[in-house]
Amino acid sequence: MAVNRLRSALGSARKGETYELRAGLVSQYAWERKESIQKTIMSMTLGKDVSALFPDVLKNIATPDLDQKKLVYLYLMNYAKSHPDLCILAVNTFVQDSEDPNPLVRALAIRTMGCIRVEKMVDYMEEPLRKTLKDESPYVRKTAALCVAKLFDLNPSLCIENGFLETLQEMIADSNPMVVANSVTALAEITETAPETRALKVTSQTLKKMLLALNECTEWGRITILTTLADYKATDVKESEHICERVSPQFQHVNPAVVLAAVKAVFLHLQHIDNPQLHATYLKKMSPPLVTLVSSQPEVQYVALRNIDLLLQKQPGILDKEMRVFFCKYNDPPYLKLQKLEIMVRIANAQNVDQLLAELKEYALEVDMDFVRKSIRAIGQVAIKIEDCAEKAVNVLLELINSKVGYVVQEVIVVIKDIFRKYPGYEGIIPTLCQCIDDLDEPNARGSLIWIVGEYAEKISNAGDILAGFVDGFNEEFIQTQLQILTAVIKLFLKKPDQSQGLVQKVLQAATAENDNPDVRDRAYVYWRLLSADPNAAKNIVLARRPQINSTIPVLPGPLLDKLIPNLSTLSSVYHKPPSAFLGQGRSSALQEEAIEEAKQNARENPIAAAAVSAAVAGTSAPQVQNNAENLLDIDFDGAAPASLSKAPTMGSSGLEGLAGTPQRVESPALTSPTQPPTSGGFEDLMGLGDAGPAPSNGGSQDLMNGFAGMTMDDQPPAPQTQMNGGGGKKTNEDLLGLF
Amino acid sequence: MLSGVLLFNQKGELLILRAFRQDMRPRLADVFRIQVISNPQIRSPILTLGSTTFSHIKSENIYVVGVSKGNVNSALVFEFLYKLVQLGKSYFGRFDEEAVKSNFVMVYELLDEILDFGYPQNTETETLKMYITTEGVKSERALEESSRITMQATGALSWRRDNIKYRKNEAFVDVIEDVNLLVSASGTVLRADVNGAIEMRAYLSGTPECKFGLNDALTLGSHSGGLDQPGPTGNLSGNKATKAAAGSVTLEDVSLHQCVKLSSFTTDRTISFIPPDGSFQLMTYRCSENVNLPFKVHAIVNEIGRSKVEYSIRIRSNYGSKLFATNVVVRIPTPLNTANTTHRTSQGKAKYVPSENVIEWKIARFTGQSEFVLSAEADLSAMTTHKAWSRPPLSMQFSLLMFTSSGLLVRYLKVFEKSNYSSVKWVRYMTRAGSYEIRF
Repeated sequence: MAVNRLRSALGSARKGETYELRAGLVSQYAWERKESIQKTIMSMTLGKDVSALFPDVLKNIATPDLDQKKLVYLYLMNYAKSHPDLCILAVNTFVQDSEDPNPLVRALAIRTMGCIRVEKMVDYMEEPLRKTLKDESPYVRKTAALCVAKLFDLNPSLCIENGFLETLQEMIADSNPMVVANSVTALAEITETAPETRALKVTSQTLKKMLLALNECTEWGRITILTTLADYKATDVKESEHICERVSPQFQHVNPAVVLAAVKAVFLHLQHIDNPQLHATYLKKMSPPLVTLVSSQPEVQYVALRNIDLLLQKQPGILDKEMRVFFCKYNDPPYLKLQKLEIMVRIANAQNVDQLLAELKEYALEVDMDFVRKSIRAIGQVAIKIEDCAEKAVNVLLELINSKVGYVVQEVIVVIKDIFRKYPGYEGIIPTLCQCIDDLDEPNARGSLIWIVGEYAEKISNAGDILAGFVDGFNEEFIQTQLQILTAVIKLFLKKPDQSQGLVQKVLQAATAENDNPDVRDRAYVYWRLLSADPNAAKNIVLARRPQINSTIPVLPGPLLDKLIPNLSTLSSVYHKPPSAFLGQGRSSALQEEAIEEAKQNARENPIAAAAVSAAVAGTSAPQVQNNAENLLDIDFDGAAPASLSKAPTMGSSGLEGLAGTPQRVESPALTSPTQPPTSGGFEDLMGLGDAGPAPSNGGSQDLMNGFAGMTMDDQPPAPQTQMNGGGGKKTNEDLLGLF
Repeated sequence: MLSGVLLFNQKGELLILRAFRQDMRPRLADVFRIQVISNPQIRSPILTLGSTTFSHIKSENIYVVGVSKGNVNSALVFEFLYKLVQLGKSYFGRFDEEAVKSNFVMVYELLDEILDFGYPQNTETETLKMYITTEGVKSERALEESSRITMQATGALSWRRDNIKYRKNEAFVDVIEDVNLLVSASGTVLRADVNGAIEMRAYLSGTPECKFGLNDALTLGSHSGGLDQPGPTGNLSGNKATKAAAGSVTLEDVSLHQCVKLSSFTTDRTISFIPPDGSFQLMTYRCSENVNLPFKVHAIVNEIGRSKVEYSIRIRSNYGSKLFATNVVVRIPTPLNTANTTHRTSQGKAKYVPSENVIEWKIARFTGQSEFVLSAEADLSAMTTHKAWSRPPLSMQFSLLMFTSSGLLVRYLKVFEKSNYSSVKWVRYMTRAGSYEIRF
């Protein structure tokens, strides 16, 4: 509050400044007036309210000095809302300017008029706009074309009544490429906000015009046209072929955004073409430019990499020979490194895998913890993907265990568990793993090691001792680890009934009588009854052979992927989510309002602290804003933060998306990345059980067994606080997205 | 599209706020400051809150932020932000806090011109400089002139003015290559490629039509698939060696300036264009076959116990003895707990830079076919917890004139103009280090 008082004190001191500015604005000397306008704009930028000067600034609007005019217009655009009545005074100048012999002035006038969002101004816009749309200068026409979109935003009915949309449609046939591009832009924008107007109709005639303009207009214009072409549904195969042919030269453009737009257009139109040879030719043409994108600026590169990731999932093999360009550089920003890892794993094949493993091992010795973990995970993914390299990969992992760095060892254990699920034959390394039992403190790593012990109990001579150690501290363990201990002890008992009778009783006792988690208790009871009812049945169920896993590389479900491909190079492709999943409905969602309100309040209460303290600790409801931010950033960094903790912005159709995709996961029961937040467990359970259905079964018990198989691996019951927070269904969807 | 553009300084003070749409509220600037600038956990360049997305890049000491609503084309947004920075640099020399503060009127003017309703318009520096000048344009200025400017700003040749006249017609071509190298600790080359750029400065009268020829394998090879299967195939593995022997280069991919006629490039790989006036980047290319590495680095680094690291670095130059590289800087990483270092070099000067944990070895002039050695020792201070040293790679910087790593040569540059003047052309080659890294 002291700060506020200080501010107001300063404010009154500055009153002199406002006076000074006002005096300058009405000065008799032109230079002084101009200087004052500049100062006014400066104060405006700094966030000071200079709207009181409105009438005085307005007096300077009629000037032959173009610079000064621009500044006055800038001021007008900012403060028109606060003085709607006074704006009328400016109208005359605008109308006059729109007939000025100088095209720059005409364009400036029409451009600015569109930005002054005052009802009264709209009434006067009609005539100048009509004139400028037919202006002889293309510069004015292209500006006027965009102005139609501005007018539509303000007053759609006026726009339609005056036939501006038709005029725009005619302008697609303009002789000037930039006018064409801007007309298309304006029409596309109008169609997006009001689809019922059907403003942008691409016909074979307009298509021809657009293809013609494509080669001549500015880079930005090309992007607009290419995007429109991509969205266009070709009438027949011939047309699609024609579009691909005309668009593909744009692959050579310098601007990465143009290249991506061209790739998108060709990729989408290829789907209508059946000719496999043509497919091969275009895909081949596409790959060098895609690789070139990897040497652009880091942020652009990031967008490109996310898109390449999508393309690779849709069309594996297009970059098979290009492994090396994706190698991480030492100073790449972390977001690039993580993304590059994902891509390298995707393009790994028998030829380049040796190189890749050597490289991944190198990464695993770096210092950035996230990156190291992900590299180790990548080693596992590669080993499971390519059978030939499994042995090499396991050797690399063993070397890494010897590094004795805590998080490296833990991650390696988790990865090795997955390798056992694909190649059960590597039991020789188990002693090495058991040596680091004391270093493990993460639930996931502990759980993985216990699972391994349980799985190979008959081959580990001291399995009983190891597990006994865990059983002793049973109730201090994480819930996830408890479940693993429980299952492992049961496995041990079924394999070596004579040695572990006491242990089983102890663990069942601990899990049922002393534990307060319902999941643990339930599972313990299930085992207990099974054992007491029929030990043989128990053996069949618990020790059944599980279907092998095929891949641990995360894949997007087909329907989601199909939805993302048309969104290439947009935000949606960066987040790998359909637009409805991360954007509010309409132009400004309630959530965003909330976020803004938050920030504003923070700033009001304590302007300095608000800037310094991150929203996470700022106030009562601030965490929600923060969570939301994390929530979306999350996706890129594979769930470092619990995505499900916060409410999903608006879940739209995305939930269904994911559910529709579930059958895809049948082949890989445990896709979960090891660092997945425990909260996502709820859904994992569902997955595990769901997988049981389609899996090959012999008899009813097998089904149940598969269900357990899923559970033993991934069971991570939802933490209580998340269950309370937000509706169950909604949350599950969110989890699902987090998983992918 | 873009709702607004924001510029912040390092401290998070707003320098420029330009709204292009009504949904861009000044408060959003506070949101960005709180969520990104003062939040050290943010690692992504994109942040979406509700339906608002902030995309930011950093240039020198300022944040350049694009604010957008809805599912915007992110590649375009970032590319535009970089274009803005580039424009700023060419207008003010550099684009940092000071430049923005002292030219804020100009920045507004530029933004006004290059973005309309959030859609990027013409961003060509040369064209913009015609009507957005530091002196200010008076509208009394000959009207024909501004109509000519506007014609040109929107025309098919938006990058070139009419009626350019030079007494002496000259064109300078600079072939600049950045070599990227990554060598593993065992000495195998993991990655070696070249990112090249051809920069041109054209001082040519009238509307010259230029044709440009390189020793590109696809244009030279008569039997190559280049004609019946146009485009950079890059995988003609069978005859690659023979082509290299014949002195041609396989370019993996090329990107061309917008003045180049892309359609004619795709059909027969001729690079023909009407150049903008002044300097511009004609093309960039990538090449990863037969890369000539200018330097071979042999590094032996031994950690002796926990208190010492020994270095022995040998660098051999691998180019003609008449050439010499300048500004050679070798950066040799040291462990974080290095107390001090001793070093001996056979050429140049070495210095320990504690703030960056490197020994910097500078050699002003590195002649061809020679070899220099540095041997050094780093004494480490004792630490309570021993943490393994991550051994970041050794990196090199250099620039080397009249040498191209890819072997690329300019075969010809022809200029055709109505008036048929003769022109003088100059070609210069340079190879620089891109990311030249050697692990040890």
